[in-house]
Amino acid sequence: MKRKSDKAWYALFVLPLVFVFTTVVIIPFFIGIGYSFISWDGMPLNKKTFVGFSNYIQLFSDKNFISSAGHTLLFTVAAVLIINILGLAFALLVTGKLKVRNIARTMLFMPYLIGGLILGYIWQFIFTDVFKSIGETTGLTNIFFSWLLDPKFSLFALIIVATWQMAGYIMIIYITGIQAIPEDVVEAAQVDGANFWQTLFRIKFPLIMPSFTICLFMTLSNCFKIYDVNVSLTKGGPNRATEMLAMNIYNEIFSLNHYGYGQAKAIIFFVVVAVITLIQVSITKKKEVVM
Amino acid sequence: MKRVVRILGEILLLAACAFYLFPVYMVFVNSFKNRQELYENMLALPGKFTKEYYVTAMEKMRFLKAFSNSLIVTIISIAIIVVLASMTAWMLVRTNDKLSKTLFMIFVATMLIPFQTIMMPLMQVMGWVRNNLHIPMLESLGGLIYMNVGFGASMAVFLYHGFIKSIPVSLEEAATIDGCNKFGVFSKIVFPMLKPTTVTVIILDVIWIWNDYLLPSLVLSGEKLRTIPLSTASFFGQFTIQWNLAMAGLMLTIIPVIIFYLCAQKYIIKGVAAGALK
Repeated sequence: MKRKSDKAWYALFVLPLVFVFTTVVIIPFFIGIGYSFISWDGMPLNKKTFVGFSNYIQLFSDKNFISSAGHTLLFTVAAVLIINILGLAFALLVTGKLKVRNIARTMLFMPYLIGGLILGYIWQFIFTDVFKSIGETTGLTNIFFSWLLDPKFSLFALIIVATWQMAGYIMIIYITGIQAIPEDVVEAAQVDGANFWQTLFRIKFPLIMPSFTICLFMTLSNCFKIYDVNVSLTKGGPNRATEMLAMNIYNEIFSLNHYGYGQAKAIIFFVVVAVITLIQVSITKKKEVVM
Repeated sequence: MKRVVRILGEILLLAACAFYLFPVYMVFVNSFKNRQELYENMLALPGKFTKEYYVTAMEKMRFLKAFSNSLIVTIISIAIIVVLASMTAWMLVRTNDKLSKTLFMIFVATMLIPFQTIMMPLMQVMGWVRNNLHIPMLESLGGLIYMNVGFGASMAVFLYHGFIKSIPVSLEEAATIDGCNKFGVFSKIVFPMLKPTTVTVIILDVIWIWNDYLLPSLVLSGEKLRTIPLSTASFFGQFTIQWNLAMAGLMLTIIPVIIFYLCAQKYIIKGVAAGALK
């Protein structure tokens, strides 16, 4: 930046977005750190008391928060595994020579475009009334009953809906990886007498390693932060059995009016998400060197 | 043997599609049934196709109002994001100094922050702005658009930044010599070249903003300002027992998405793949 006019142009191009971004993201982030050290009920006229680290210390004895972290972890691990296995299987099927591949690709991706909130409502109907009605007509009442009334089954329900939403999306990323595999490599392996499974595990999987990394961590961070589906499908119930971390934070702040304490949870939530994502970046970097 | 595997594959894929379509089918058929018909057999096709529940649901949801609110918020937010982010990213790439590098680093780093971490302080900041500067940031579509731009900035700048790095400077230099100022160079030469990334940004942001629920629910509470997810949520709060009405309401919200998908399928799938791989 040598000349004055260059500086003016720079400011004109960069400042508007930087201004909006600072007021919406940066300033609230730092203010949020401040809020996590106070005790406040959210009423503008009521006093804010500085309490130091006691909000953070309180977290470790908060049964609801710990059990919610447990549910989130369980949900995330199960959902990430199922979504990736299904997404990869779909991707392998639709990149093959099957006749239904195009229509399948279209249909499998569609749920990702319908918002999580609306998906949750759709499935709420399925898991309550439709399941009950199927159970009554078939007599299989131990499988088909109102899943959302049972703590364990409502967690399964949440996993199914998350899978329904994201597997098609993950499929698209795997497809891109699979299509980038040079055909002559696969052909060479087949000429050498490799069977289907050998081609799959020895040739294709190592070559789509970068897609694995992307998909794993995409699903990891999406599942960990799940909120919309949670709200519309189970509202955290029955009896808080499916209250995920994002919802726990929301309720702590806006329902229980524990603004300071809830914000401390939100900061811890950020730290966990950041750590997960940073691990991802370092692994991705390593993979890039290998490739 | 090979044929058996192939037929098995076809069946498997078709089964997956059926499983995927099943919930939408359920919503569809039950949106036409009356209460008694619905509880008699939920899986069956309706006896007759009536638009009765659609009309009622449309009224109760104030669907047209919500639809136009959603449309306004989505279109204006994305237009601003595309223009501002491409301008910013271009300057950051072409001005290779410490400030640019730091700004870019900050944009990328903040992508780690989950919305839940900022939502409460953000509402405090916007409340302060409303009370002290008298700018209506809350209870207004404008305020929601402003915040969408702030939240969409990082990813858009990141995507544009990556693309601009790959285009040569020579064309821009030639235009500068010919007497174009920076704005002319950007609008006439650079921006048209960014089209692939612009499509990606638009697609990813449509999916996000159209379906976004939490931020609008914090910013807007008035009935007149509701976006589609908000009106769906309030509709469901009231009518959970009346499933036929609820199903018609859900169908109304899904139809625009399906139309959009079928029209722009190629771009959507490309855009989503490109956005993920960056």
